[in-house]
Amino acid sequence: MDTLTPAAGMRVRNLWRRSIFFVIGIFFLVPILAMAEFSTRGNDDTRTLESWKAIPSAPNLMESIFTSVQLAVIVMAGVVFVLVPTMIWVHLQLPHLKRALEAICLLPLTIPAIVLVVGIAPIYRSMYGVFGSSPLTLGFVYLVLVLPYSHRAISAALESVDVNTIAEASRTLGASSIRMIAGIVVPNIKVGIMSGAVISIALVLGEFTVSNLLNFETMQVVINLLGKRDGAISVAVSLAALIFAFVLISFLPTSNKVGNEVAEKEASTG
Amino acid sequence: MLSSSELNVTGPASSGASYAFAKKLRRSLLPYLGVLPFIALVTIFLFWPTITVISGAFYNPDGTFGLGTINQVLVEPSYVDAFKRSIQLSLVTALIGAFFGGLLAWAVATSKRDGISRRFILAASGVFAQFGGVMLAFAFLATFGFNGMLTVFILENFGESFLTQPTWLYGMVGLTLVYTFFQIPLMMIVFLPAVENLKPQWREASNGLGGTTGEYWKNIGMPILIPSFTGALLLLFANAFSAYATAVALISQGSPLVPLQISKAISGEVARSNPALSKTLALGMIIIVAVVMSLYVLMQRRVAKWTR
Repeated sequence: MDTLTPAAGMRVRNLWRRSIFFVIGIFFLVPILAMAEFSTRGNDDTRTLESWKAIPSAPNLMESIFTSVQLAVIVMAGVVFVLVPTMIWVHLQLPHLKRALEAICLLPLTIPAIVLVVGIAPIYRSMYGVFGSSPLTLGFVYLVLVLPYSHRAISAALESVDVNTIAEASRTLGASSIRMIAGIVVPNIKVGIMSGAVISIALVLGEFTVSNLLNFETMQVVINLLGKRDGAISVAVSLAALIFAFVLISFLPTSNKVGNEVAEKEASTG
Repeated sequence: MLSSSELNVTGPASSGASYAFAKKLRRSLLPYLGVLPFIALVTIFLFWPTITVISGAFYNPDGTFGLGTINQVLVEPSYVDAFKRSIQLSLVTALIGAFFGGLLAWAVATSKRDGISRRFILAASGVFAQFGGVMLAFAFLATFGFNGMLTVFILENFGESFLTQPTWLYGMVGLTLVYTFFQIPLMMIVFLPAVENLKPQWREASNGLGGTTGEYWKNIGMPILIPSFTGALLLLFANAFSAYATAVALISQGSPLVPLQISKAISGEVARSNPALSKTLALGMIIIVAVVMSLYVLMQRRVAKWTR
């Protein structure tokens, strides 16, 4: 390979690239195909959609999906109404705390969810008295768990527009603090907020560790339980959930502009 | 009251000054009110649990303060083995994931920027890396399990072999295989920016000076990518080490990994066994992940040199 001309080198590179896509593509496609095959298996080599049709009537499944969706909405609201204002506020008023805020937001990456559960179980035991035992109380922990990802998306957007100048302009024109944040800054970092929210939804819908150990029936917990009883239905639900997550993440507005900024930030700060 | 008598002694001038001071203090503290809800959230649901875990580890099995439980975890084979297995599994899957994910990142970085296949691979990587713990386990059961697609296919076409006796799937080999399913995409997501940051001009300069492909990678590509690669490798290690969902969905007997030991210890707490046990195991995890992540941060500092 060492003596190749640049043009031949390009051909070799293309060949390498295609082989890599092909081999890794197969490795990932086979299990997905297997899920489709496994969940549509009938008697005597026939195909049937029985398992897929049984999804709505599977015990606790629909309730748990509803719970997880509600949690996703709650966490999204938390990102929009707690994290976003905090980040904008720190950016404008307390810039010396920016690094501290980032450090706090990245902390959940270094504390495994299973460790967090150990410390959080006693808090939830005492929260039963105040909030009852609704699974929606998981929203608090989930909001903490999505911090690293949503912070990254939003801070990339904040850094990419000149928020200080925009804020200064709106203040000069007599806007109040709340109007400045909600009416001027937020629309300018919409893309970052949206991708932060989408990542949060995907993480919440896929969360298993915390809810399983705190004995709350979220979607993943029920899928896991279902797997112990009826393999075909649980495989069908899993495939449906994977496809749903794929579609959801495909809508992430990150592929070009913000995506590269997020990626660069990730590479430079960690 | 004490303060009012003090005011009388020192006189109105000073009271005016202290009023001004209080006003100034209030004005400088006021912005901090804005971060209060956030601070409350992370204090209750992040700092407090972490402190609970760390302090809770320093209790003896009988509930008195001491190093009893820590000594127990350091000595008892089931815990020591769980740590060894967890570390081994994380290391092996991190290496495999880094290798194939690194190749994939290179392939994606050198393909067309706004192509549909690129979008597809990025979205799929996001799903596999961060969404699917339980579901990935089911995907592999549907493939290699007792009635899995490949198991049946091999049995019908090639007859009995070790692949048709899929007990391996439920042990460390199976865990390794399933973990690579989320490690490769994570590597691709984390490593892609670094590969994309390799400027085409560097390659052109190398070619222009008569450098070969091999020389380019040896003298330019590799030295620049090694810090990012090592950083990504560390991140993958921490990721596998913390993973829980996949292992639970796949392993139904025994608790071979630390996260499984922790969940066993938590459910044991209801039966009034040693409450310090889960916290001690968790502290062990914190220490290992903290070491790995500190090295990661160090690596990222070296990476930062090349991203400007």
